[in-house]
Amino acid sequence: MKARLLAVSALVAVALAGCYREKREFQSPPETSPTDTARLSAVLPGASAAWKPGSQPSPDRSRYEENAYAVNQGKRLYRWYNCSGCHSNGGGGMGVPLMDEKWLYGHEPRAIYATIVEGRPNGMPAFGGRIPDDQIWQIVAYVRSLSGQLRKDVATSRADALSAAPPENTREKFKPVPDKPASSSQ
Amino acid sequence: MPSRLIRRFVVAAAAAGATLALAQDRPVVVPGAHDALATAGRQAAHIGTLWNLTVAVCTAVFCAILLGLVLSLWRSGRAREDAPADLSSIGRHERGPYLSVLWSVAVSIALLLVLVVASVVTDRALARMSLENAVNIEVTSHQWWWELRYGSDQPSETFTTANELHVPVGRPVVLKLRTDDVIHSLWVPSLAGKKDLITGRTSTMQFRADHAGRYRGQCAEFCGFQHAFMAFEVIADPPDRYDAWVAAQRQPAAEPTDATARRGQEVFLRSACIMCHAIEGTSAGARKGPDLTHLGARTTIAAGTLPNRPAELARWIANPQDFKPGSNMPATTLSSEDMGALVAYLESLK
Repeated sequence: MKARLLAVSALVAVALAGCYREKREFQSPPETSPTDTARLSAVLPGASAAWKPGSQPSPDRSRYEENAYAVNQGKRLYRWYNCSGCHSNGGGGMGVPLMDEKWLYGHEPRAIYATIVEGRPNGMPAFGGRIPDDQIWQIVAYVRSLSGQLRKDVATSRADALSAAPPENTREKFKPVPDKPASSSQ
Repeated sequence: MPSRLIRRFVVAAAAAGATLALAQDRPVVVPGAHDALATAGRQAAHIGTLWNLTVAVCTAVFCAILLGLVLSLWRSGRAREDAPADLSSIGRHERGPYLSVLWSVAVSIALLLVLVVASVVTDRALARMSLENAVNIEVTSHQWWWELRYGSDQPSETFTTANELHVPVGRPVVLKLRTDDVIHSLWVPSLAGKKDLITGRTSTMQFRADHAGRYRGQCAEFCGFQHAFMAFEVIADPPDRYDAWVAAQRQPAAEPTDATARRGQEVFLRSACIMCHAIEGTSAGARKGPDLTHLGARTTIAAGTLPNRPAELARWIANPQDFKPGSNMPATTLSSEDMGALVAYLESLK
């Protein structure tokens, strides 16, 4: 009896987790779009320089990083807003690669958010005020999936265009190396 | 039992009421007629003839079968309720209904042959439309709207619009169909049959509008959340009006003249709008959303979902997810002055 109860609860839990992963939120959260903070940031490499803990609203992990739909939208936006123009499909080009373990300005979601909103020296434009907040968080989730930081059942498996790299959900998870100020070569 | 029936009735009535209330909450625009029998073009007329023939043949066969059934019931013997079963035919050899089966098979084959031949003839007639002096338009379907690109030999004369397909009366139109995401299907029942837009492929569709008018079109292949709200309109104009429309569409957007519209343009260029939409003549050149160069000249917005009026446009920009949940346009938060200016600017783009 007890075993059956346990099995049923486990099944229900698995089913509910599935719904949660696939839940689609269409209404934006109430916050307004981020303001253009590009000129206000201290544009120095290193996580703490440009991004201070608590300076950005903390995102709801379940809404972005644990939601397959949000990551998928992030993947489309990554192409639509031409992130791929510089970062390619994550391998980098004119911009830095996003699928390895090196993060000049921090690997945490809020650090990547700040990078997108504020822009960074040597070419990364500031998108603050241009992209709605929840779309930025979707892009952040997708960018983190490029180096395998998300769960495999959340990361995307298919691309609309040809891609030389294996799908995001089969990538090995890189352990981000500690952020350090860039050397003179950067 | 009656109480259960009453309860069911109440539930059904409540559901119907809620549906109606929801429908009233969303002012859905249904431009033009959506009727395969009201044909307004050569291709649709051929298809309509084939349809009428098929309906006539099927009706005749259906009536003949019913008649045979009634006759056989009528002619079979009757017995009283308390009469014993008549088993006399068991031992008797009976001739099978060979002749009637033969007749039915022969007539069925003949009628099916008629339909096959009619279908082939219709197909040939559809393909035989002259494409001389045709208008070439590229249609790209998106979730959930239609991008229309009018090509030309002169690059400066090409232009892009959305959801309202203007064609000249009497001239053949060749549509080059592509899709940007999933499979869609283009269907204007008054003018032609359906044609799928398949990922990675280019297909073509030819039709000709013979009467001026507005004809409703609709995506006819389930393509996601807002498949039902993926309508469009074909507007068939006399050649001179069509030419005037094309000449107007080739112009870049008019520069805003008054202060409100100028502010609206500034709002457009500094907000999220510029990430996806293009307005020729300004620095907005993104191609992910519908081209807004001449938005004010269209009658609907959001692929036939809302009428193109300032109040509806403002509500749409403020929160598209209220009208089309799942569409790729995000909510844009603006102050009421900025929103008013933006809407005034967009509506001025005739």
